[in-house]
Amino acid sequence: MSGSATVTTRPAPRTERPADAGGRRPRWTRGRIVLLVVALLLTAAWLLPLAWAVATSLKPEGDTTRTPLSWIGSRVTFDAYSKVWESGDLMIWLMNSAYISVMTTLLTVVTCAMAAYGFTRTDFRGRRLLYGLVLAGIMVPPQVLIAPLFREMVQLGLVDTYWGVILPQVAVPAMVFILVKFFEGVPRELEEAAFVDGAGRWRVFWTIVIPLSRPVLAAVAIFTFISTWNNFLWPFLVTTDPGGMTLPVGLVNVQSTFGVRYAQIMASLVIAGTPLLIVFAFFQRQIVQGIAHTGLAGQ
Amino acid sequence: MTSTTAAAPAPVAKPAGRATGRPARGVRRKWTEHGLVFIAPFFLVYAMFLIWPLISGLGMSLTSENITGTGGEFVGLDNYAEAVRDPDVWSSLWNTVWFTVLSTVPLVVVGLVLALLAHQLQVVQWLWRLSWFAPFLLPSGVVCLLFLNMILPSDFGLADQMLAAVGLTPEIGWLTDERYAMLSIVATTVWWTVGFNFLLYLAALQAIPAHLYEAAELDGAGAWNRLLHITLPMLRRTTGLVVVLQILASLKIFDQVYIMTGGGPDESTRPILQYVYQQGFTGYRIGYASAVSYIFFALILTVSLVQPLLSRRRAEEAAK
Repeated sequence: MSGSATVTTRPAPRTERPADAGGRRPRWTRGRIVLLVVALLLTAAWLLPLAWAVATSLKPEGDTTRTPLSWIGSRVTFDAYSKVWESGDLMIWLMNSAYISVMTTLLTVVTCAMAAYGFTRTDFRGRRLLYGLVLAGIMVPPQVLIAPLFREMVQLGLVDTYWGVILPQVAVPAMVFILVKFFEGVPRELEEAAFVDGAGRWRVFWTIVIPLSRPVLAAVAIFTFISTWNNFLWPFLVTTDPGGMTLPVGLVNVQSTFGVRYAQIMASLVIAGTPLLIVFAFFQRQIVQGIAHTGLAGQ
Repeated sequence: MTSTTAAAPAPVAKPAGRATGRPARGVRRKWTEHGLVFIAPFFLVYAMFLIWPLISGLGMSLTSENITGTGGEFVGLDNYAEAVRDPDVWSSLWNTVWFTVLSTVPLVVVGLVLALLAHQLQVVQWLWRLSWFAPFLLPSGVVCLLFLNMILPSDFGLADQMLAAVGLTPEIGWLTDERYAMLSIVATTVWWTVGFNFLLYLAALQAIPAHLYEAAELDGAGAWNRLLHITLPMLRRTTGLVVVLQILASLKIFDQVYIMTGGGPDESTRPILQYVYQQGFTGYRIGYASAVSYIFFALILTVSLVQPLLSRRRAEEAAK
């Protein structure tokens, strides 16, 4: 794991285009056209399942299992969507997922940034020991802790609460490590100057360090948000009340009650999958760089 | 742990003008102040929800505790002894390892191929990223319910329909036949998560210095030679990391199996995490579940510790 984290400290490449393009695009030789065809075929293979989900969700319920293959049913209808929407649960799960993901991301970014700053810019007895504990924690997969963690949640009365879902996802040692590596590379002069001017520790942290670290904080935030939004195992274990479920958990939980109403299942999947894809469409570059930046240490 | 951090950006040296002059005394004190205050919020959560469960789980694994936290008594290593003799532990461990073997190879190779394609083509980058990476952004529930309901069912599922369109009617129960269930889960996983490795490789490709290619081109090296002698060797480090991360991620499989087959048919796809879940959460034997968790943890630790050792040895050999 430690080895894995080294890559993250490499600054993410700025330029979109590979440098060897030298500003001009290579010509369309026969080889490149073959590559393009291969790439397009693979793209089709990756997009077809998504297209199939959308196509099915727009069919009347009676046409969904028809063979031979047809992408459009006897008519295009939004029936499935309105049925799924009216059932109401989906809306609640969306809100739960949004609340839990935003809170987890906020708390993770703030606590991890503070801790990383504390580890790089202060000194106190036991600092090395605590940092050692954090580094060692990178190797502990949360999945190993489900049994004792669940019992702890029972004892704390946090089963079926938002905090029960949020808190175990907040303290991510890998994120502290990434931020420590970043802070170590930031020159201290600005902070020193502020100290000389009489600024206190907190002001320096919030008005100098945090704004300076915006790119890496964004990377940490993006990574945390995606993994929280998509997390299944822990929210699945710690919520039993359908009203408190996150989107992925709710969907799986309700799947059996859909029976064979495939159009409705697909409609609910489309609704559930769309939010992050929209976010991706807007922040493609940031997300791609965030993943490249934090990905190797984050898993 | 920190021996491999050489790649970190070197701490920026102080400007020459100030290198000799020490900062004023008050400022120096500032640098050491309030450390615990900054670390406390993180550490409080960390201690409560990582360190403590890690310790209490070890304790629980030595008891006959059930999920409500009552009625447990100390049983020593009995749970571990039982686990070692439990054929279900071995079969689900084997399923986990088998899934890891089957999934790691295509996830790394396909990820690399996709990245090479996108890097080489240089056009419509957004399309490659959208189609190959976007599935990674979908929750496991969405992906697995899609494949379970509309892709893999016999007859009307997209897989069978596409095969039928080219004249094949394999009549295979993709998820219900023991010979194909694990392969179907692997295929679903590749479709879903390969975009992650694709992005890591793409970033690594973009970091290869351009002058290497320019020099090779001057020497008359063709595209194939440039790939074999520059690109692939430059990706070796990344590949090592991607492989280890992929192994660690694959070992933790739970969602896909739980949602798509429930561990079946005949428990042939049940991974170790699902066995822990069944013992602890539906069988209420939380002490036993903890013991099995720790066996699983030992496996994960072995993998994550072996990798730095290997790369260190390689580095030492290279230094000789």
